[in-house]
Amino acid sequence: MPSTYTLISSNVLSSSAASVTFSSIPATFTDLVLRISSRSDNTIAASTIRLRFNGSSSASYSETLLSGSGSAAVSARSSSATYMFNAGYFVDDANGATANTFGTTEIYIPSYTVAQNKPLSGITAQEDNATAARITAEAGLWSNTAAITSIEIFSNYNFLSTSSFYLYGIKNS
Amino acid sequence: MATAIEINCETGEVIERPLTADEIAANEAAQAQAAADAIAAEEEATAKAAAKASAQAKLATLGLTADEVAALLG
Repeated sequence: MPSTYTLISSNVLSSSAASVTFSSIPATFTDLVLRISSRSDNTIAASTIRLRFNGSSSASYSETLLSGSGSAAVSARSSSATYMFNAGYFVDDANGATANTFGTTEIYIPSYTVAQNKPLSGITAQEDNATAARITAEAGLWSNTAAITSIEIFSNYNFLSTSSFYLYGIKNS
Repeated sequence: MATAIEINCETGEVIERPLTADEIAANEAAQAQAAADAIAAEEEATAKAAAKASAQAKLATLGLTADEVAALLG
């Protein structure tokens, strides 16, 4: 029986880092799942998580999102961005949030080796352990037909120590 | 010092390196832009709230009740 959900690689930060990159991702799976628990050193309560595939900074990333804070909801769209999640609501916790709280993120990338543009879905929760919090769901597209071989995760701030990053592969057969 | 971490999924090797000057500059520019965007959003929200309060006051002078004003403005 095939293993359908396999940990490819992971990293738990022992000190803060501006970015985490999974490189040389094997092409032996059907889909990828990225799971993150993170907190950044931005001084406000939240900080945007961003992605780049294969180191590409071309204007090839687009997204549509729904986001709610408990008191307000918003829909937003971004296109021709140089990284994924440019619209600004895809956030984890930051230093303005309750101490020791971390945001949680899951990103699903189907058919990451197929020679077609790469769609993805993402959901993130900024968990403040207080009245303020935010949840955001995204549909994204990287307009590039190359197989995904690396994923860079960054925020323009620093992910703090004990933030964790897990990359899983899923096989259909 | 800000660092970047790369994990090679084939070998398991973890490489940690300092950010380049270009990467640091890009981060600083993005942070400045985010701060400017936040200020602009705050100013827009403040202006919108002030306009709403002004509209409510003017409607009240026309004899509308608070409930009627709320029904109009949502």
